[in-house]
Amino acid sequence: MHANIIFDISQILALLIGVTLLVRPLGGYMKRVYQGEGVFLGPVLGPLEGALYRMSGVRKDEEMDWKHYAGAMLTFNLVTMALMFAILMLQGSLPLNPQKFPGFSWDLALNTAVSFTTNTNWQNYSGESAASYFTQVMALMVHQFLSAATGMAIVIAFVRGLARRTAETLGNFWVDMTRGVLYILLPIAFVAALVLVSQGVIQNFSPYKSVPLIQPTSYERPKLDANSNPIKNADGKPVTETVALQEQTLPMGPVASLEAIKELGTNGGGFFNANSAHPYENPTPLSNFLELLLILMIPAALTNTFGRMAGETRQGWAVYTAMLLLFVIAVGALYWAEYSGNPLVQKLGVGGYSMEGKEVRFGLGGSALFSASTTATSCGAVNTMHDSLTPLGGMVPMVLILLGEVVFGGVGSGLYTMLAFVIIAVFAAGLMIGRTPEYLGKKIEVTEMWMSVITVLTAGAVILALVAIALITPAAVRSMANPGPHGLSEVLYAFASQANNNGSAFAGLNGNTLFYNLTGSLAMLLGRFAPAVSVLAMAGSLAGKKYVPPSVGTLPTDQLPFIFWLVAVVLIVGALTFFPALALGPIVEHMIMQGGV
Amino acid sequence: MAKRRTKSKGIFDPKLVKAALIDSFTKLDPRALWRNPVMLAVEIGSVVTTVNFVINLITGKGEPAWFTGIVSAWLWLTVLFATFAESLAEGRGKARAESMKKTRKEIMAKKLKKPEPGAEYELVPSTQLRKGDVILVEAKELIAGDGEVIAGAALVNEAAVTGESAPVVRESGGDRSAVTAGTLVIANSVVVRITANPGETFLDRMISLVEGAKRRKTPNEMALEVLLLALTVVFFLVVVNLSPLSLYSVKAMGKGQPVTLVVLVALFVCLIPTTIAALLPAIGIAGMDRLFQKNVIALSGRAIEAAGDVNVLLLDKTGTITLGNRQAVAFLPLAGCSEKELAEAALMASLTDETPEGRSIVVLAKQRYDLRMRELPLNAESIPFSAETRISGVNIDGHAFLKGAGDSIAGVVRSLGGTVPPELEGHVTDIAKSGGTPLVVSRDAEVLGVINLKDVLKGGIKERFLQLRSMGIKTVMITGDNPLTAAAIATEAQVDDFLAQAKPEDKLRLIRENQDRGYMVAMTGDGTNDAPALAQADVAVAMNTGTQPAREAANIIDLDSNPTKLLDIVEIGKQILMTRGTLTTFSIANDVAKYFAIIPAAFAPIYPQLGILNVMRLANPFSAILSAVIFNAIIIPLLIPLALKGTRYRPMPAERLLVYNLLIYGVGGLLTPFVGIKLIDLLINLLV
Repeated sequence: MHANIIFDISQILALLIGVTLLVRPLGGYMKRVYQGEGVFLGPVLGPLEGALYRMSGVRKDEEMDWKHYAGAMLTFNLVTMALMFAILMLQGSLPLNPQKFPGFSWDLALNTAVSFTTNTNWQNYSGESAASYFTQVMALMVHQFLSAATGMAIVIAFVRGLARRTAETLGNFWVDMTRGVLYILLPIAFVAALVLVSQGVIQNFSPYKSVPLIQPTSYERPKLDANSNPIKNADGKPVTETVALQEQTLPMGPVASLEAIKELGTNGGGFFNANSAHPYENPTPLSNFLELLLILMIPAALTNTFGRMAGETRQGWAVYTAMLLLFVIAVGALYWAEYSGNPLVQKLGVGGYSMEGKEVRFGLGGSALFSASTTATSCGAVNTMHDSLTPLGGMVPMVLILLGEVVFGGVGSGLYTMLAFVIIAVFAAGLMIGRTPEYLGKKIEVTEMWMSVITVLTAGAVILALVAIALITPAAVRSMANPGPHGLSEVLYAFASQANNNGSAFAGLNGNTLFYNLTGSLAMLLGRFAPAVSVLAMAGSLAGKKYVPPSVGTLPTDQLPFIFWLVAVVLIVGALTFFPALALGPIVEHMIMQGGV
Repeated sequence: MAKRRTKSKGIFDPKLVKAALIDSFTKLDPRALWRNPVMLAVEIGSVVTTVNFVINLITGKGEPAWFTGIVSAWLWLTVLFATFAESLAEGRGKARAESMKKTRKEIMAKKLKKPEPGAEYELVPSTQLRKGDVILVEAKELIAGDGEVIAGAALVNEAAVTGESAPVVRESGGDRSAVTAGTLVIANSVVVRITANPGETFLDRMISLVEGAKRRKTPNEMALEVLLLALTVVFFLVVVNLSPLSLYSVKAMGKGQPVTLVVLVALFVCLIPTTIAALLPAIGIAGMDRLFQKNVIALSGRAIEAAGDVNVLLLDKTGTITLGNRQAVAFLPLAGCSEKELAEAALMASLTDETPEGRSIVVLAKQRYDLRMRELPLNAESIPFSAETRISGVNIDGHAFLKGAGDSIAGVVRSLGGTVPPELEGHVTDIAKSGGTPLVVSRDAEVLGVINLKDVLKGGIKERFLQLRSMGIKTVMITGDNPLTAAAIATEAQVDDFLAQAKPEDKLRLIRENQDRGYMVAMTGDGTNDAPALAQADVAVAMNTGTQPAREAANIIDLDSNPTKLLDIVEIGKQILMTRGTLTTFSIANDVAKYFAIIPAAFAPIYPQLGILNVMRLANPFSAILSAVIFNAIIIPLLIPLALKGTRYRPMPAERLLVYNLLIYGVGGLLTPFVGIKLIDLLINLLV
C-alpha cells in the first residue's frame, strides 16, 4: 500500500490554513460576546438571554471578585455533576431508553459524571451498550456544552484580570456562562450538526435496528458447560462450535447533535465506543475534515479574543504562533513515525506504512491529523486507535497530552494553561534581562508564580503519583492488556489523559474497575479544578495591579525570540517531568521493535 | 572621587576563604538551612545515602560500599559548596562590619544645658544621648551621635564612614548640616542636635546591613524560590515514580534489578535546581557588597532591585549633568570693537573676580589671545558684585571695566551718557537661546560686547544617557534655570525631558505623575527640600553630604556624594536579577544531560536497549552516576565567581539581551554538562 503523501500534506496544510483563517473572525466575535457588545445574533437570542436572567434572578451588571467567581464556578459544576450522577444511576427508570439499559454502577457513574463535568469525557463505558438516549442527551451532551462554557468563562475572567487596571472584579460567572453557551456554542454546534447530517451522520430516537447481512458469515465459538467454563476435549484443547451470522444490530440515536458539540467543545466523548472511527459519527473524509476544524477552532480563536481584550492583538498571535509551532512538530513526527511503519510487520512482507487501527476512508493523513489534533486540544475524540500506533507514533499523542494540553488545548483551559506557561517563561526571561518580570504591563510576583506553577504542574504531579500507585497495585496491573513497556504506556496514557482532561485512551487497558474509576475521578477533578481556581486567583491578583507602560527595556513578548523561548519552556518542563516514564514506555518499546528482540 | 574604602580583593581572598570554610560547616544545621529548602532536600538526601552506606559496610549487601560512600561524600560536598558560597559572600561584609565596630566605641559627650555655644555642659556617655539632646563638639573630638549642626561650622573628617580622608565642612543651616556619629572634628567647634538614639545611628544601621543580619528575601527572590520549590517537588515525584516504574519493568521483562535508593537520591539531587539554589543567597548579598565597594549603602535589598526596574530618572542639572559652574566659552564683540579688545576688557573686568565664572573668563582670554595679567595693577579698585547692581568690575586709571546682566549694564551706560546699540539685544537673546548666560561687558560709557557663559557638560555624560535610553530608562533633568536655557542644555546633553524653574513641590508632582502612569522613578537629592520627593520616589539616593531629613527619606545613601552613582546602582540592580535568571536557566538546562547520564545507567540491567540513550558513552553505570553527581557538585564552586561578580551587563535592547543570555546560559547550560560529565567519567576511569 502506498500513502498518498501529496494528498495527505495538502490536507494538513488545508487544515492549518482553515484554522488560521478562522482565528480572527471567530476571535473577534467571541470578544464582542463576552464584552457584551452587539453581535448579529443579538436580535434573535437577546430576548432569550434576558428571559434566562429574569428567571434565575441574575443581575447581569453585577460584577464578581475572584473568590465569588471561583465560588460560583465550583458550585455550578458540583451541582450539575450531582445531577448527572443521579441520571446515570437512575437511567433504568428514566424515559428514552428503548434498549432498556440498567443504571450505571456507582463507581462508573461517579467516574462518568466527573469525566463529563471536567470536559474530560473519559469513557469507561460503551455508549451504544450502556447509555440510554436520555443519558446521552440530558446528562452527557448537556455537560459537553456546560463544561466547555465553564472553561471559556475561566479564561475570559483571567484575560480580564490581565487587561484591567487596579480593579477588583473579573466579570459575572453566570453571564459569561450564559453568553458562551447561547451565542457561541449553540449556534456553531447547530450549523455543524446539520452539515454532519448531510454527510450521513444519523439523528433519531429509534430503537436499535436489526438488518440482514448482505454476505452471511460464520465463526467458531468455544462451547461452554453449565458453569460457563470452556469444555475441553481429550487433548485439553477447547471444543468449538460454528455459529452462523445472518444479521447484525445497528445502534441508532441522536448522534449528530452530540457529535457537533463533542468536537466543538473539545469534549471527545463519543456516542459510540468507536468514537469518530464509527461511520455513524464520522462517515466521510469531508466530515472528518469538518470535525478537525470544529476541534481546533475555538481554542485557536480564543488566542485572538485574548489579544483583543488585552488591547494587544499581537500578543494573541504570539501565543497562537507558539501553539501552531508545537502542533506542526507533533503532526510531522506522528506522520513520519506511522509512515515508517513497523519493521517487524514489514519483514513479514506486509510492506509500507502502518495502517493498524486506522480507517481506510481517512487514510494515513486523516488519521495522523486527527490523532494529533485530538490530543493537542483536550478533545479526546478518536478516529484511530492510539493503542495501535507505532511506539514513537503513539508517543506523540501521549507527549501532547503530557505537555499539559497547551497546544491549543481545551476550550478555555488550553489558553489559560498556556498563559500560565507564558508567565513562567516571562519570569525567567524577565530576570535574564535584569528587570522585575512583567507581562502585558503587569508585574509578576510571588502570587503569580504560585498560581502559575500550580496551574502548570498539578497534572504532572497527579500523573506521576497515580502511575506509581497503579504500578505497585496488583489489581491495577491486571487491567493491562499488554505486558511490558506497552502496558506501561497504557497506564501512563490513561492517567495523563484524565489528569489533563483529554479523555482519549490507549485502549487495551480495562478502565472499568473500582481502582481506575476512583483514581481516574481523582485525577480528573484535581487536573481540572486546581488549575481553574489558581488561574482565577491569579486573575484576581493581576486585576488589582497597576499597569506599567512598555519601554525599550521591557521584554517584548510578541516577538520570535520570546515565542521560541515559550516553546522551549513548554517542551523542557514536559521532558524533564516525563523523560524516565517515556524512556521506559514508548522509547524502549521502539528500541525493542527496531532491534527485533 | 573618593578612594574605594577597601582595596578590591580577589574573590578568594585567603583570609575570607578560611572564615567562610568554618562558617559553611555551622550553616549545615538544618535549622539554618531551612531558609533554603532545595539545599535542605539535598542534605536530607545526603543523610539517607550515608545511612545506606553504613548499612552496606556492615552487611556487605546491596551495592558496593565504595560507590554509596563516594556518592554520599559528594552529596555532602554539594551542600557544603552551597553554604560556602553564602558564607563567602557574607564574609566581606562581616569583615567590614568588624572594622566599623571598632570606631563605634563609647565616648563622652558634652551635653549642653541650653542649645547655644557658650552654655554650660555636663559630660555624659554617648550611649545615654537621646534624640533632641544638644551637644558641643570641639576640635579633635569625635562626634558622639548622629545629628544636625545648629550653630557654628567645623571641618570634619568623615573617613570612618565614607573612607574619604579629605575633611569636609559641616555648618548650620543649608544643605551641609548633617553630622555622623564616629566622625572627627578637626577644626572649630559646633553645636549639634542629636537626631538618632544610640543603636539607631547611621553607623549602627550600616553595621547591621553589611553584616547581613537584617537581610530579608526580596519579593523577586521569593517568587524565584516558588519556582525552584515547585520544581523540587515535581522532581521528587519523578524520582518516587521511578521506583515503581523499575519494579514493574523488572517483573515484566523478568530480568535486572529495581533501581536502588542511592541511585534514586543521586538522580533527585542532580535534577533539582541545586546550582541556582546554592548560589541564590550569595547573589543578593554580593550585589549589596558590590554597591558597598562603590561606596553606596542600600538600606534594603528591595531598593537595589527596584533600581533595576527604574523607568524614569530625575537628575539635578548642577553637579550631575553639568560641572558645577558655568564657564566662559566665547566673546561676541559689537560692531566697532574687535574680539581681542573685548577680551581685554573682559579680562580687566574679571581681575578681582574670584568666582569660578570670573576665573573662566581669565582663562579664556589667556587661551584665545594669550592675554595675561600676572598681578593686579596697584591703582586698580575692585567693584564687587552685589545683588542690587548685578554688576562687578574694576576701576583702573579712571576707566571703569564692568560686566553684568544686559539691562544692568545698559542702565549704567545710559547714566554715563552713552548709547546702547540695538544689536546687543540680538546677541543677548541668541546666547540665552543656546543655553548660555549672557554677560555684557562695558568700558566707561561704551558697550563692547557679550561674554557667553555656558554650562559645561560632564565628560562622558552624553554616552551614559545614550546607554540609559537603550536600557529603556527616560532621563529628566531638573534645574532652576529658565525654560529657554534648560531646553538648550537638555538638547546638548540629550536628556529626554527637563523640568525648568523647578520648585520642590514640582519635583514631588513630577514623581507622582510618573508613578501614576506606572513608572518606577529614581531620583537623587541632598537638600532638606528634596526630602518629600525622595520619600515619594521608588529609588531615592541621598548624598552623604546632604541634610539629615534627606538621608532619612532616602533608601540608598551615596557616601561619595556623586550623583552619577545612580547609573551604577541601576546597573547593579539589573545584574542581580540577571544573575538569578541566567543561573536558573543554566541550572535547569543542565538536567537534560544528567538524564542522559543516569537513566541509561540505572536501567541498563533491565533494558540494555536503552544504552542508545548513553550518548556520552560513559564507561559503566557506576561511573556514569558518579560523574553526574560530581559535575552537579563542582559546578557550584565553579560558578561562585559569577554569582559574586554578577552576570556582565551590557546596555542593549531587551530582546537582544534575552537572545544573548539564552544563547550563553540556555544553550551553554544544555551543552556544558555533556562535556563536563564525559570528562569526569574519563578521569574516574583513568584513576580506577
